[in-house]
Amino acid sequence: MLRVENLQLRLNGKSIIDDLSLQVNKGEIHGLLGENGTGKTTIGCLIMGVNNYKPTAGRIVFEGQDIAALSVSQRAKRGISLAWQEPARIEGLRVRDYLELSSNNSGIERAEHCLRMVGLEPAQYLDRDVDTTLSGGERKRIELASVLAMQPKLAILDEPDSGIDIIALPFILNSIVEMNKQGSSVLLITHNENVVKIAHRVSVLCAGKIIRTGEPADMSLWFKDNCRKCLHINEPRE
Amino acid sequence: MINYSVEKGYQGMLDAYEKAGGDRSALLNKKIAKLVIQQNQVLSADEVPGVRLKYKAKENGINIELSVEENCQLESPIHLCFGILPQQGLQDIGLRVDVGSGAEVSVIAHCIFPNAVHIIHKMDAVINIGDNAKFSYKETHYHGESGGIEVIPKARITLGEKALYENTFSLTQGCVGKLDFDYDITCAARSVAELTTKVYGKKDDIIKISEKMHLNGDGARSLMKTRVVPTDRAWSEVIGETYGNAPYVRGHMDCMEVVIGKEAVARAIPIVSVTNDKAKITHEAAIGSIDKKQMETLMARGLDEDEAVDVIIRGILR
Repeated sequence: MLRVENLQLRLNGKSIIDDLSLQVNKGEIHGLLGENGTGKTTIGCLIMGVNNYKPTAGRIVFEGQDIAALSVSQRAKRGISLAWQEPARIEGLRVRDYLELSSNNSGIERAEHCLRMVGLEPAQYLDRDVDTTLSGGERKRIELASVLAMQPKLAILDEPDSGIDIIALPFILNSIVEMNKQGSSVLLITHNENVVKIAHRVSVLCAGKIIRTGEPADMSLWFKDNCRKCLHINEPRE
Repeated sequence: MINYSVEKGYQGMLDAYEKAGGDRSALLNKKIAKLVIQQNQVLSADEVPGVRLKYKAKENGINIELSVEENCQLESPIHLCFGILPQQGLQDIGLRVDVGSGAEVSVIAHCIFPNAVHIIHKMDAVINIGDNAKFSYKETHYHGESGGIEVIPKARITLGEKALYENTFSLTQGCVGKLDFDYDITCAARSVAELTTKVYGKKDDIIKISEKMHLNGDGARSLMKTRVVPTDRAWSEVIGETYGNAPYVRGHMDCMEVVIGKEAVARAIPIVSVTNDKAKITHEAAIGSIDKKQMETLMARGLDEDEAVDVIIRGILR
């Protein structure tokens, strides 16, 4: 479904993404596991086309077509969406309207269902605004609900577990599994080796490069034994 | 030139009122206090127990006295509807409001000028809110698309001790024309004032907003929230002033102006003054283009750029 081929991103003379190749198959949850600063979010942004990131080299192929030149809207209309690590606050936009526009106006029942999926009671949230009155965790759950509502072919989920309390975390993980069962492939970006256990395959990222890909249990253990203990500082290289 | 009889004028005002988002049935309900004025003609006036409405026409407008008895608590808001239906004219409103101590009342005001080509609408208001009283005033404007209108609302508001005042001014439909908004609020001890102003500028609109808050009594609090979106060649300037003159007063000014288009201009001038070492006043101003991350968030859900801008603007001005 998604093939990232020899992707490079250099910013201000520094290498952010270095000859990275990655494949997300149809129907797959693919975990992208890495410590802070390894380039996980940047890869998500490059695939979605946000943040003004343009690949220095390489290709991003979605359903057989190179999408690197397409706008964010065009990529979304082809079936890609992104749940941000730190979602934007939008003053005056009600949760119900955000979810409805995400679902292409497929009705309030869909919005309510998606809120329940992420563990939020619709009656308490539909008429609230997607603004700074929501806590960080609430906003993240609403972001995930909006991607659920959209039912994209490929969902890029950037650290969906960060800022989520221990009670809400099962709702998040179950939502991702359910999203996948309903037909969405998922690129699950995280620095938590426990979260990727719901994935089918996992790639480990270091310094803008994928250093290995394999079974979730193996990658999780390898990450814990190596990356967690590594003193290597992740920062862009000249 | 269109001529309007009183009867036609009333129907015309009702139609325009409804088009502006007003509730037509409220203007027809005798149990709701109301005043409907076309230019200097009173088309409908109703009082309810505890509320007195006096008015006197003058050459180009009308003087109104609205008084609410002490401890009067109204379930339904008072409706005020001002407008000019012809293409040109001057409407000069003098408004005095006295809200008795302990009273709780809200006012919904609509100002409608659907055919404006050359119209001036002035309002000079003096509003006194008694101790422990709660007064909410929500004013919505509906202008035509020509921009041939000058709106000059000026108000001097005084809050008694522990009084609560909420004011919302909204001019987001049609062209603004020229707006010269000038509100000056003085707060006594432990009173609370909230002023929300939302304006959508288009074409060659000129928007001047001046808001002053004097926190003169111990523990008084205020919030001034201003949202202006100038587009096309519109020009906007917001001057927000808050004065902390007593112990433990807290004031905040929150100004957001979003500029759309290469020729639109936005300015914000916050003035914060504190004359008491136990007072605290804060302000934040965000002036500039639409937030890119908000845009990309909506575009990542499949909205085109223009649709995303529209959603964000509607949210800011909601």
